[in-house]
Amino acid sequence: MKFSDQFESRLAEMLTHYPTKRSALVPTLLYAQDELGFLSDEAIAEIASRVDLTELEVRNVISYYSMLTTKPRGKYNVQVCTNIACLLRGGEEILDHCKKKLGIGHKGTTPDGLFSLEEVECIGGCSWAPAAQVNYDFHENLTPQQMDKVLDEYKRKGTQ
Amino acid sequence: MVIFGWRFFKLPNYKLPNYKMASLVSHPDEVKVVSKRFGKGATSIDRYLELDGYKAVQKALSMKPDDITALVKDSGLRGRGGAGFNAGLKWSFVPKQSPKPKYILCNGDESEPGTCKDRLIFEHDPHAVIEGVIIAGIAVGSHTGYIYIRGEYRYLSEIMQKAIRDAYARGFLGKNIFGSGYDFDVYWHGGAGAYEVGEESALMESLEGKRGIPRIRPPFPAVVGLWGGPTVINNAETLASVPHIILGGADWYAKLGTPKNGGTRLFCLSGHLNRPGVYELPMGYNLKKMIYEVGGGIPNGRNLKAVVPGGSSTPVLTPAEIDVPMDFDAMTKAGTMLGSGGVVVVDDTTCMVKFALRIMKFYQHESCGWCIPCREGTDWLKKTLSRFHSGGGVRKDIDNIQYLAENMLGRTFCPLGDAAAMPTISIVKKFRKEFEDHLDGRPCPFEKAGAELVTA
Repeated sequence: MKFSDQFESRLAEMLTHYPTKRSALVPTLLYAQDELGFLSDEAIAEIASRVDLTELEVRNVISYYSMLTTKPRGKYNVQVCTNIACLLRGGEEILDHCKKKLGIGHKGTTPDGLFSLEEVECIGGCSWAPAAQVNYDFHENLTPQQMDKVLDEYKRKGTQ
Repeated sequence: MVIFGWRFFKLPNYKLPNYKMASLVSHPDEVKVVSKRFGKGATSIDRYLELDGYKAVQKALSMKPDDITALVKDSGLRGRGGAGFNAGLKWSFVPKQSPKPKYILCNGDESEPGTCKDRLIFEHDPHAVIEGVIIAGIAVGSHTGYIYIRGEYRYLSEIMQKAIRDAYARGFLGKNIFGSGYDFDVYWHGGAGAYEVGEESALMESLEGKRGIPRIRPPFPAVVGLWGGPTVINNAETLASVPHIILGGADWYAKLGTPKNGGTRLFCLSGHLNRPGVYELPMGYNLKKMIYEVGGGIPNGRNLKAVVPGGSSTPVLTPAEIDVPMDFDAMTKAGTMLGSGGVVVVDDTTCMVKFALRIMKFYQHESCGWCIPCREGTDWLKKTLSRFHSGGGVRKDIDNIQYLAENMLGRTFCPLGDAAAMPTISIVKKFRKEFEDHLDGRPCPFEKAGAELVTA
């Protein structure tokens, strides 16, 4: 199991920030997932050994955090917020629009592996609702037409 | 649903490359303290220094620690995360002598629905947070601080990590800061998606690399916190306010607000408004004025139905109840809470049953499952509200919803159970007629095609 040099140097540095090794676990899991797309069995075993935990202990942590996943996802994870501030300004319409356009439901992945869709809880875009995140990028003040543009742009990027 | 065509008033753009920043808004009634440097490029350490940055920490280094705590206490700065506890008083609970290291923990796990203010602080003024953490550290005799930022805010984590590196490079962090002989380290830490982690004891669990479940208190974090050491936990906005208080003085800050509610706060206006946005207004600003003047009123000629005054966990107010000053004590008197500053405005096209359901769906999703009243209560309530909204409700459900919610109150280790119960109780009590309108298999009067059953 090999991670990128950047991952290794970040983990090495983070381990010096805390009195216990496992304290670096949560951000490390997310960085690993960013590289691999999901937390594979192999990655879990490797990270467990780095922070002196059992695989089970690491899995217990993974299952708690909603951003962490042990299943492969699309290259672009479209996360549409439908919590109250977004709900009032059309968040559900944006989600429905994405479902239709991508032909997938909540936590589904397109057959080409390009997109996943997720209905998420508040992402902190309330004053610019409705909001969505594609991977880590925020897209705000959305309309179905703008959402189309956003998805088309990622499709173009992903199939180049 | 109409998407409103309001164009934001844009401040000069000092964009970092590759980041899509949230739009800023402005209103003449604003008093800019925490947001003073927004849009001014203060993510750059040189620009931050030009804008009086790192002056407060140098002043603090020349003060007696107890005087810093007393100053913050007298300023009336209260916890901006939502609980509204006097920050200086919280610091004073940290024991002077401790065999274990003391820690400062900045809570940047912002995830209360309706709240998007810490995001702007990290985006525009990350050094103010670092400076606040150092000052808190000096006040309580700690040498290590952590800034915890939620996982979704990856771009803000990058801004913060860069700000921390820059501060180390200048000698503002590390050994012998500002040549004072005082050592202080600040580290970034990231989450991975969990509302519950915004609760202080769950936040510590998460930072220690565990599931974010709450710890039983007492002992409080000020005595037994991170890795067993005394720990001060403050919201990012609270800590970002501290440098301004050190420079401006306790009296100046206290007078900006109302008695016992010092200063200003960032109000996140969202929902059915003509000009949503994050505005910094004095404590005690009138809620009605906030909605109709600052927020520009309700669009499309609609009328106000309800207001969530401080994030989704706070009891809703009706139009008759909004002529109130927005400070912690006045809101408590009004039967609700100032909370986290997330003001969500709801117009008369909205179904309150659906609104209650969406709030409950959130808390059911976020309940960590540690306490049974919260785990079972949120699930049961979500199912009941879902059935009710889709036309399968019976009359006794209405009382049962209230009964269930009331029995969650105060019966959990952390306030998540209360956070789910409080808005629910208020909606049932204040909008009972809307529940009755859904009875006997009638479709939701607000939805054309009838309500979909929430199954997620």
